[in-house]
Order: sequence, then C-alpha cells, then structure tokens
Amino acid sequence: MSAAAPCKLKASDYKSGTRPVWCPGCGDFHILASLTKAVAALALAPENIAVVSGIGCSSRIPAYLNCYGFHGVHGRALPMATGLKVARPDLTVICAGGDGDGFSIGGNHFLHACRRNVDITYVVMDNEIYGMTKGQPSPTTAPDWDTELAPGGTGVSPFHPLVIALASGANFVARAFSGDVKGTTKILAEAISHPGFSFVQILSPCVTYRPDQREWKNKVHPPPVSFTTDAAQAARRVMTDDGFNIGILYKGSRDKYGQAVERSGDFERDLHEEFLV
Amino acid sequence: MTDQLGNSFSVALLGKGGAGVITAGDMLLAAAAHCGLYGLMIRVVGPQIRGGESAALVRLGSAPIGCLDDRFDVLLGINWKQAERLLADIAVDADSIVVTDPAEDDVPQSIAVSGAALQQLEMKKLAKSVSGGRVNMVALGYVAGLAGIPEEAIRHAIEKELRRKGQQSVDASVAAAMLGFSRTRSSAAPHAVNEQSGNRWMISGNHATGLGALRGGVRFAAAYPITPATEILEWLAPRLIDGGGALTQAEDELASINMAIGASYGGIPSLTATSGPGLSLMLEGLGLAVCAEIPVVVVNVMRAGPSTGIPTKPEQSDFNAAIYGLHGDAPHIVVAPNSVADCVFTTQWAVHLAEATQAPVIVLSDQFIGQALVVADPVPAISFFAKRKLAENIPEAFERYAITADGISPMPLPGTPGGQYTADGLEHSSGAKPSGTVADHYAQLDKRAGKIADFDYGQHWADIDGEGELAILTWGSTTSVVREALQRLPDKVTCKLKLIALRLLLPVRQQDMAAALDGVSRLIVIEQNHTGQLYRFLRAWYDLPPDVDTLHRPGPSIFRPGEIATKISEWCGE
Repeated sequence: MSAAAPCKLKASDYKSGTRPVWCPGCGDFHILASLTKAVAALALAPENIAVVSGIGCSSRIPAYLNCYGFHGVHGRALPMATGLKVARPDLTVICAGGDGDGFSIGGNHFLHACRRNVDITYVVMDNEIYGMTKGQPSPTTAPDWDTELAPGGTGVSPFHPLVIALASGANFVARAFSGDVKGTTKILAEAISHPGFSFVQILSPCVTYRPDQREWKNKVHPPPVSFTTDAAQAARRVMTDDGFNIGILYKGSRDKYGQAVERSGDFERDLHEEFLV
Repeated sequence: MTDQLGNSFSVALLGKGGAGVITAGDMLLAAAAHCGLYGLMIRVVGPQIRGGESAALVRLGSAPIGCLDDRFDVLLGINWKQAERLLADIAVDADSIVVTDPAEDDVPQSIAVSGAALQQLEMKKLAKSVSGGRVNMVALGYVAGLAGIPEEAIRHAIEKELRRKGQQSVDASVAAAMLGFSRTRSSAAPHAVNEQSGNRWMISGNHATGLGALRGGVRFAAAYPITPATEILEWLAPRLIDGGGALTQAEDELASINMAIGASYGGIPSLTATSGPGLSLMLEGLGLAVCAEIPVVVVNVMRAGPSTGIPTKPEQSDFNAAIYGLHGDAPHIVVAPNSVADCVFTTQWAVHLAEATQAPVIVLSDQFIGQALVVADPVPAISFFAKRKLAENIPEAFERYAITADGISPMPLPGTPGGQYTADGLEHSSGAKPSGTVADHYAQLDKRAGKIADFDYGQHWADIDGEGELAILTWGSTTSVVREALQRLPDKVTCKLKLIALRLLLPVRQQDMAAALDGVSRLIVIEQNHTGQLYRFLRAWYDLPPDVDTLHRPGPSIFRPGEIATKISEWCGE
C-alpha cells in the first residue's frame, strides 16, 4: 500500500462534516479538534489513517473524521484495531472510545492490548458515566455517585486505567483534559508517533449527566515533573496524585508486537509436498 | 467396491497414557501408506490431560477409507487399566484377535465373553530385551505383521517419525518392532498388500482445513485455543508467519472474531477457528460482519454440546447455532465439508465465497473429520482464490454501500485516496452514513440478502450420486459413513437410491433442490444430533416429497456403516 507521504492539510480537512450526535458543550468536540490538529501536525494523509471504535457517545468519532473508520460492536474496538494493524502495518491505526466501552465490557481487551504492544494509539474519552444510555455508573465512576441504576452509589472502587495500563505493559501512558486543546494535541501527536501501544486517557466532561464535571477545567494542572521511563515510578506517581495531573506520564521502549519474526514472504512453497507420504 | 471394503482391516491399539499407542497408530498408518494402502485413524482419549487411557483406532484397505468399520479384526491392549471406558467404541467378536500381555491384568470381561481368539504377547519383556526398546514398538511390529505389512514399510515409518530424535532412537524402535513382527504367527489380513507405493497424502481434517484456507488466500488468522479446533490454528501459525502473513493469539473468542474482521477490513482475507462455545461468543461479531459487509471465515469444528459438552467427541449439533444464531435479519453463508479430504476444498471455497460476497462464512466441520488422520489421494489445487470487488479509482460521488445489480458494492481499502468511509454496525445509507430511515433499512436489508441469495454457487451446493425414487439427504462427516453403508447394500436396493450430500447449508437453494428431488417419492434425512436439526430446517424451507423420514441420533459415538445400512434397508422395505 502507499507509504505515508508528507501531506499538508489543515485540521479541518480531516473532518467529514457530519454533525456529531454529542450534546452542546460535550468534551468530545474538543477531542475531535485535538485529534485532527494532531494528525495534521504529523502530516498524515487521511486515507492512511484508520480510526476504530466500539459503542458509546465518544465511539461515534470515526464518522466525524475524513479518515478510514470502523464503528464496530461494544467493547471490541481494541481487538479490531489490533487485527487491522497487524494485517496492515503501513496504516496509522487509532482506537477511540469511552470509559464504559474500554474499561467495562472491553476491559479484558485493554489488559491484553497493553501487554501485546501493537503499534496503535488508544484514546479513551473518560467522563465517568455511560452517556448514550443516559447516565449509568461506569468503572471510573466514584462509588458514591447517585444514579437510578445504583441508588446512593455503587459502593464499588473505581478502576484506575493509567495504573492498569502501566502494570499491563503499555508503552506510552498519558492523561489529558479535553478543554486543553493545545496540550491534548501535543500529547496525541506524541502518542501516535511513539512506537508500540500508546494509551491516552482524556478527561472529557459529560455536561448532561455529570454537570459537576464542568469544574474539571479549574482542577486540572500540569504535572509537577516530566515523564519517566520507569513504569514503577510512573505508577507510584499516578496512584498518589489528585487525578488531575495532565501530561505524559511514561514513555517505554519495549519492542512493538510483530517485530521479532523474520519473514521469507514465500507463499509459493508447494504445500502439496508437505503431506506426501 | 464391496469387495474392496470387504478387504479392509481394522486394528485397535489400547493402553494407558504414556504407553504410546497413538504414536504406534500413526506409524502403522504411515507404514500402510508406504506400501500402497489407504487408511484412517481416529484417536480416542480419556478426560485426563496426561496419563489417561487412550486408543488408536486404525482401519486399512486397498480403497479410500472414509469411516471406521463396525468391528475390529485386532484389538491389542498394552494394558487394560480403565479400558472399559473406551471399549464401547471397540467392538470385537468371534472372528477377532485380541492380543494381551501375560504380565498385565487379564482382559476385561466384555472381551473375554466376545469369543475373540486371545493371543499372548510378552510386550514388556520383549521391549526390555532391547536397549531403549519400548512396548508400543513391539505392539506396532506385531499388529503390522497381522496386517500383512512388510518389514521394510515398518522400518520406513519408524525412521520418518523418529529421525529427528537420532539414529539410536530409530535403531532401538526398529529392533523392538522387529521383535514384535517376528512373533506374528500369521497374517490375519484378508487382503494382499498393494506394493505400488502411491503418490498419497497423510492428512488430518484440521490440517486439510488449514491447507484450504491458505490455498484460498487467507493471510491473517486470529487464534484462541479450543478442542477440537486448535490444530487448525497450530498448523497455520508457522506457515502464515513464514509466508509473510500473520497469526495473532487473541485473549478470547470475542477478540479473535473482531481481530479477523479488522484485518479483513484492511483487505487481508482472514479466518478464525473455534468450536461450539467459541462460536457462541463470535456471533455478535458475525452480525457486525454482515452489517458492515466484511468478508470473514469462521471454521467451527463441532463437538458434542451444549456448553462444554464432550469436547473430544463429535456431534453435528451446532447446525441451528450456525444458521439461526445471529441477531437481526443477518444473511450469511454456512458450508460443511463432507469428508476429511473435502476439508481442503470446502474451506478454500468458503474463503472464495466470503471474499466474493463480502459476508461472513461459517464452515461446519466436526471432531470426527477434524481429528481423523487419513491416507488419501492428494486434493488438487483449484482456481478459487479470494477475489474481492475493490474500489481502486474512486469516482467523485462514491458510495461504499451503493445498491448494485448483484448487491455487491466495490470496497475501498484503507490507503486508497478518496475512498474513506466508516464501516458500521449501525444501519446506514448507501453512502455509509448512520441511518434509521425506513428506506435505507429496507434497501440495505434487501441488498445484503440479495447478494447471498443470488450468488452463483454452481454445482458445489451438494454432491449428488445415483438416481432413483428414494433419496438420502445428509451433510458433513456423516456423509462418509452413509457412502460406505450404501456400498454394503445389495444392488437391487442401491439402484433405487440417490444420495444428496449438502455442502451449502445456507443460503437455501430451492431450485437446485427441486431439480435434485425431481422424481423422488421418499426421502430420509441422516445426521448426528438429538433433534434432527437439518431435518427441521429442510421442512421449513424446502418443498419435500410427502414421505420424509429421519435418522438422527446424538454423539458421542460416531455413526458406523452397519448401523446406517440396517436403517436404510428397513426404510427401503428390504
């Protein structure tokens, strides 16, 4: 397939023009803007990018981009992105979705995508709620958040995606905030450029079901120190911070998946011979 | 044909795990193949991971062998610990020879009362007399002698199997086998060995499936291990990787089907293989492949179900799941190989169909043909090769899901400038935009159904033999057994019988079936499951003769030709 030739397009050229289903004020609009700016800055041709998603508000993002896209089934975006990248290493593959899609129904795939370390970028737009189904608690929802499905709160500890990503072997781990378009653009561009599995958690307020998250813009702050190449140190930092540290936490140097095998490219070998008595 | 079948020779080698009966069975088959015989071997194992009892059931003959016989000419027990559990599959009678080691337990009661002739063979003692000698090699030599296989062929088979272990190992095994061979009193084989060493294959159904996949153009496989399908994936792994394709082990079957769909979306013909419970997990993904129009092949090697069921035993009971399991109105294709060797053709055809129709194809193999090892004539390569209708030069007003005459729309692959679209499990317009309108839903449902229904499946939808007013309709692995049953019946019966072995289970082929059933007044449907799943499907979808009977029973024991021949005779009123 065609190699990624330098491509001079504006960020808006990466948008399809389809009007998003998102609510006015949704953080995902900013993420759409950041993502298009990041791929424009990297001069990637839209036809050489594939954005793969599952189900949920944020998983609608492929249709809003002028790239190749796949809006698949709930929770299975990472396996689909994995298959696509392994089969077509020439493509830039970005996987996107929400916290329910990625950490609940797709939680097992998250662990194994981190450890497999395929060269894809996974963007989770985390609003700590199921928005599309109108406000149920997700794995990142605080235990005392009152909902119809969990009156008085779930009483269950939230999932810590960044720590899990570090423990599972992700090669690049960052946290961003949707309202910080400039910072998010930079983080996404670095994540896409970094080899192996890059995980970016983007805090993305749900103004409809989590109006309290409008305050996030006042809570986020830059990290006190720059990124580390020590996963244990990154995990310690992120487990002890206030949850609003924004920036790149960790950059690893593991070999990406599929590098080890020498390939002859020979399918012409006569398989008939193999079974002869 | 009847004469040749009458000349087949069946051997069962039995022993507790570690005794090496499966290795001895493999070598017996290889030795027979070397001297020009055909054969089939089925392995029967207990539930233990290691150390349980196991048996190699081998049948040899001068014509191709499709199934086990009803009985065994020779049963050799290296030992008889917990043998009862396996003996249900190993019938012996007064014409059989049972070989036992006097140093081991007595033969089980069921054998003692069968009237079979007992022969004592001091396997342990003979093995010990050779440095590095093993009892299974003594057993191999002895039964090979009974089968009339010459020394040279035994030597050849041992060398081929053990060469990588070094000359010492080969020499010890040959010496032990020759001791066993020399003790054989006479050849019990009623046939002469055909010395003309043929240009034959020794192949299992699962490996044949892998070969068909590669021949069809599959270059990506996603793998999650499950009995009895794992050998397909293990065979494909090094061959795909060496050849420049890829195989990725998935974390579960939900992942493997979606990996395959993702790879295929990228333009690479893709496959995964599984068994019943795994198929259930893949059904959601298959619905996505239908809606987004992505080719993908799922090989389901059926085992006795439901749930974990009996993982090492066959059953044709995932028919309903494969046909009806998908949610929504989800047109797809289901095919079934009808013999071990046919796994090559049917899998290759499945890849061709998936690629050509941009739809998922389920291949229903089963544990019997999947894990059976046969000596067969090589299956020639055919010209079916993945040919997807691609959009390469994208016109101004391109629509991914455009309504076309044959329902198949040109697919742009990622990397193609101007072809960008979002493949979607949401219902969509012809332009690939999410849509919930009546018009778009009707148009896309009709398109997806039409492309499957109208595709030209040629003559491959069924294998049809014979002419007559009585028809037998069967599918999958049962076909091999039915074929042999028919060969056993007298000409005055078979001259009235037509055999229809369905290869294409879905979509339905009403016109083809009407032509095949023209002049047929009575029909019997034969399959291996508890509820007659194909029979009920046929009654729902096809115009059948007024008199339709059914022979169905579940696993775990595979059909034997005598059982089916008896039923057909009764049904024919003979």
